[in-house]
Amino acid sequence: MTKIAIPDFALVVLVGATGSGKSSFARKHFLETEIVSSDACRAIVSDDETDLAATGDAFDLLHYTASIRLKRRLLTVIDATSVKREDRAKLVQLARKYHALPVALVLDIDPQICHERNQDRPNRDFGEHVPRNHSRALGRGLRGLQKEGFRQVQIMKSSEDVDALEISREPLWTDNRTDHGPFDIIGDIHGCFDELTELMGELGYQIDPFEAGCEDLIRARHPEGRTAFFVGDITDRGPRNLDALRLVMGMCDEGSGRCVIGNHDFKLNKWLKGRNVTQAHGLDLTVAELEKTSEAFRKQVSDFIWDLRSHAWLADGNLVIAHAGLKEELHGRGSSHVRNFAMFGETTGEVDEFGLPVRLEWARDYRGNADVVFGHTPMAEAEWLNNTMCVDTGCAFGGKLTALRWPERETVSVPAKAQYAIPAKPLDADQSLSAQQDHDRLLYFDDYATKMRIETRFKSTLQIPEENSLAALEVMSRFAVDPRWLIYLPPTMAACPTAPEGPFLEHPDQAMDHFASRGVTDLVVEEKHMGSRALLVLAKDADAAQVRFGIEDGKAGVIYTRTGRPFFKDETEEAAVVARMRAAMQSAGLWQELQSEWVLLDAELMPWSAKAQDLLKRQYFPTMTAAKSSASALLEAIATSGAIEGLDALRARATNQLSNAERMGQTIDGYCWAADRIDEYRIAPFHILASEGKVHADQPHTWHMETLGKLAEADPILQMTGWKRVDLNSAADREAVVSWWMKHTGAGGEGLVLKPNAFTLRGDKGLIQPAMKVRGRDYLRIIYGPDYDFPENIERLRQRGLGRKFSLAEREFKLGFEGLNRFVEGRPLSKVHECALAVLALESEPVDPRL
Amino acid sequence: MIFYPERSQDRTTAVMHLDLDPVALVRGKNQQSDGLLAQYVNDRPFVASSFLSVAMGRVFAQTMAGKSKDRQDLADRALSFEVRVVPVALSGDLDLVKRLFEPLGYTILSPSETIQEQVVDLRLSATMRLADILRHIYVLVPVLDNFKHYYVSEEEIDKLLAKGDGWLSEHPDKELITRRALKHRKSLMNMALARLEEAAPPDEAPEGAPKLRPEEQLEKPMRLHALRLDAVAEVLRQNNIASVLDLGCGEGRLMSRLIKERGLARIVGVDASVRTLEAAHRKLRLHQAGDAMAKRVTLQMGSLTYGDRRWQGFDAATLVEVIEHIEPHRLSALVLSLFADARPGLVVMTTPNREYNVLFEGLKDGKLRHPDHRFEWTRAEFESWADTVAGEHGYDVSFAPLGPVDDTHGSPSQMAVFKQKGVA
Repeated sequence: MTKIAIPDFALVVLVGATGSGKSSFARKHFLETEIVSSDACRAIVSDDETDLAATGDAFDLLHYTASIRLKRRLLTVIDATSVKREDRAKLVQLARKYHALPVALVLDIDPQICHERNQDRPNRDFGEHVPRNHSRALGRGLRGLQKEGFRQVQIMKSSEDVDALEISREPLWTDNRTDHGPFDIIGDIHGCFDELTELMGELGYQIDPFEAGCEDLIRARHPEGRTAFFVGDITDRGPRNLDALRLVMGMCDEGSGRCVIGNHDFKLNKWLKGRNVTQAHGLDLTVAELEKTSEAFRKQVSDFIWDLRSHAWLADGNLVIAHAGLKEELHGRGSSHVRNFAMFGETTGEVDEFGLPVRLEWARDYRGNADVVFGHTPMAEAEWLNNTMCVDTGCAFGGKLTALRWPERETVSVPAKAQYAIPAKPLDADQSLSAQQDHDRLLYFDDYATKMRIETRFKSTLQIPEENSLAALEVMSRFAVDPRWLIYLPPTMAACPTAPEGPFLEHPDQAMDHFASRGVTDLVVEEKHMGSRALLVLAKDADAAQVRFGIEDGKAGVIYTRTGRPFFKDETEEAAVVARMRAAMQSAGLWQELQSEWVLLDAELMPWSAKAQDLLKRQYFPTMTAAKSSASALLEAIATSGAIEGLDALRARATNQLSNAERMGQTIDGYCWAADRIDEYRIAPFHILASEGKVHADQPHTWHMETLGKLAEADPILQMTGWKRVDLNSAADREAVVSWWMKHTGAGGEGLVLKPNAFTLRGDKGLIQPAMKVRGRDYLRIIYGPDYDFPENIERLRQRGLGRKFSLAEREFKLGFEGLNRFVEGRPLSKVHECALAVLALESEPVDPRL
Repeated sequence: MIFYPERSQDRTTAVMHLDLDPVALVRGKNQQSDGLLAQYVNDRPFVASSFLSVAMGRVFAQTMAGKSKDRQDLADRALSFEVRVVPVALSGDLDLVKRLFEPLGYTILSPSETIQEQVVDLRLSATMRLADILRHIYVLVPVLDNFKHYYVSEEEIDKLLAKGDGWLSEHPDKELITRRALKHRKSLMNMALARLEEAAPPDEAPEGAPKLRPEEQLEKPMRLHALRLDAVAEVLRQNNIASVLDLGCGEGRLMSRLIKERGLARIVGVDASVRTLEAAHRKLRLHQAGDAMAKRVTLQMGSLTYGDRRWQGFDAATLVEVIEHIEPHRLSALVLSLFADARPGLVVMTTPNREYNVLFEGLKDGKLRHPDHRFEWTRAEFESWADTVAGEHGYDVSFAPLGPVDDTHGSPSQMAVFKQKGVA
């Protein structure tokens, strides 16, 4: 038995003459889907796997199929003769392009045996010379396979060898996805040993006693088993390079620390191996220290550096650590390009005015979900940018030494005790915006103009078809507020299941039954106001807005509609309302209570007529007027008639129609008043959606309403929403809901909303509807028409399908809160924005608008 | 239902009451295409509309044909009638009612001069044959409403001409009537008018047509848009531009002008609206384009308030009458995207000059030229904005007037040409 291990991500090239047994070998060791065979490709493009005229196209297909698999990081086996060097060269190139390790498994079988096998098989009636030529060609290349670029070569000389081979698979060196840390990722040390030990102390590491300047490794560990992860560049520039090496090596040896290779480490190793290197950029200092050490110690250092990996792919792929960072398409892959990128970053070859290489800003375009933590480029501050962070804060240049605690995503720094070296380029001066905010001034259209797939934290991934995203993008770009404010769009709300009989189309009983049947009995019931939905983003002041939202135009808040448009056409009016709301937050003490300098409120803004003027004029008033004048004209005509058969029924009906039209009118009138001054608005907030560090979807509605109650007292433009907590197990509570609803809607109210008190609740079948509306009998006239409750109408209207609306409400809720959570966690705006876009995109799904 | 509340030798009143099923209206196949909202709050069950005409066609077919089983002599005689249709959905004002009915010999009793609402009580009096009155009502009620609940095809012309026989060809507003009765379908309308009197079709819709473009209408007499396109093309030619990004390309009018230019190897039109791009695709005949043309001329959906990596590497970008469609507070995103991110060597921008608006007849004081314009700038405003943008992003900028120059108010449109410093 010969046992070999190959990487679990590789391009495996089988090499051997026709008849050498490649295909059966492949089937024995690999999944059928892992094998891309030239014969199969030939059959696909020509219906004949022996048609040599189709070979060119067949290989195009083979390369294409293989490249897609490799792009998706899947092990791929090429089953073709590959006996010619030029054929193999193309495959090696392909492997390099996708940073997969090329592996050659050679079946060097006697051509005579190959010929005999071919004769036993149909469609293989080539002459004896074919396997012989193959074998000859193969023989020429056999010794040079490594040189051709194959990282691993296994040659089998006989059928026995072939049968005896056992193949196992191993993860790549860099693939440490099973390691979940937690980590303290420490930036470039550059010989700043004193700062390093201080930082380790702050992080809670225990360092064993040691002597300065000798050759023993220094040992240290974290009592909670955390791993110190060094991003490389251990030496050069600073005063204690040897000790820095001793500590890092000691921790790696013990397993309490890990390290990836930096460009300085790489260069140091060149010197250690006796190669001629220019001793610039502080290497001279390290060399001076190491020259005093023993050869054995220097060998130990050299071996240590030799073993360092280019990068580490950690924690289920959620964290990547590399000295100079790593693009998403290189994560967990292996090639010299990956190694170079990880050590030096991506450069164009140009140099800037300071003589430093011009770097391509890969982090700007990074859209991956994995956090990428790196060093290499000294920055004034360690900041997140698109889920990447550079933790090199230029300690050797007099900056500080920084560690990132992960998964906590918190940084810890200690200042440099001195400036040990002069930087070629000054560290960035103070910026008013963070790197992320500066980047987020502009979102990229091409990030969204595609079928979107959004993973939410609610155990579901939602898909948005491309045409819907495009429609949403158009609306966003033409009408929406600045995306930096637009951190959330609200979901639509489910209507309650239809009342099965009686004069009502909707009734609280069905909503209560709905929740009870899902085991939810602790509800909060709130009045539903008839105005327009308004989302209020409020900052304590313009400075707070700049800090949290990156907005620099002096605005301290915005108010937008449920589709993300500015609520007020007039910016000064908006600013005035925002100012009143901020003042109310202040005097109610809510900034302090929430420990936040900003808040997002979900509210209804009244009167309805303030926003819906146009709708009222074009739709609601004409309908109501037409209904009224039609009925009264008919009644007038009937009144002048004598007794005519059938007129009594018509009169009765017209009388009802007139009264329905009048009630519709009164209902509308109740929602309309002149609001020329801000004082005449009424704002009724009902959710405190988010504030610094928190999305309040885990707070019970009782908390929301009680807290908002304090706010409502602070300014008369705020209107408190009537609410009650009810227990569905109590018949009295249920009755109270019904009688409240009757009273409220009888007086012109729109209806009530029932919500699980817990806000976000999962049941057996997924999310419990977070809210359900029960609209009043008269309110529904403006939705279903004035005469909707005539018996012949209402019976038909009961046949309404609620499934789509329920599903939409659920999906929009998930997307909305996913986006808000991302914002609160400080994720890149591009990731927040995609959720808002997705909610808007879902709104273009056809749903009965009367629900 | 029809009933007669009043019957005497002197005067008889007949009432026709049409009751429409409001539930079926929304449920049925007659869903209107005006968006979902129209589905559920609408006046259709209550107003006199094309439904009334259909009902009249069924109930009064004989009468409208001028026939009477028992009283043919009365049917043949002009009698004094009072007609009331209530309620009527009026898409227009009292003037429309006058224009439609007065030429036919009616006196308008209601609505009065002061009507505000769109729902009116129409009362007319006239002395004429009953059949004529019914046919007038049959045709003109949907015209007042400016809507029909069914799909209109060539058959509709026959119906219109049959019911309009003897009066429509003489009616001074026959174009308006024909247009509205045929739901603004231009080809049908032209056929109908041709059949009415072999008349030449009118060139421009004077009123209420859906394709009305206010800005174009204002500027049409001076061929301003053609002038703009010429000026932009000239700037591109002078600067030896080989690749151009037409941002806000609309239906591709600049692109179709640029396609003819030699030396332009790549023309990419960008617009935020899929529907507009589809129209551009048709108008530029890209569906018939061969490989060479398809490679040279392409369209892509994009937005000026987002960045776009596909915009890298162009010699020039054009924004012809585009920036005024962007909210002022979003212009900074456009500036970042274009001048900081895409950085074409040349940017050509045109926008209306607000000062000139006073010289447009028919443009009310303080109004903008187009309802979607978010702002219009004076020359000073545009120039100061453009100077700042150019200064902050390493461009030089120069300005030129577009269209006839008025001493006080300048030209109707203005152009800025930004050149990146250090780009030949």
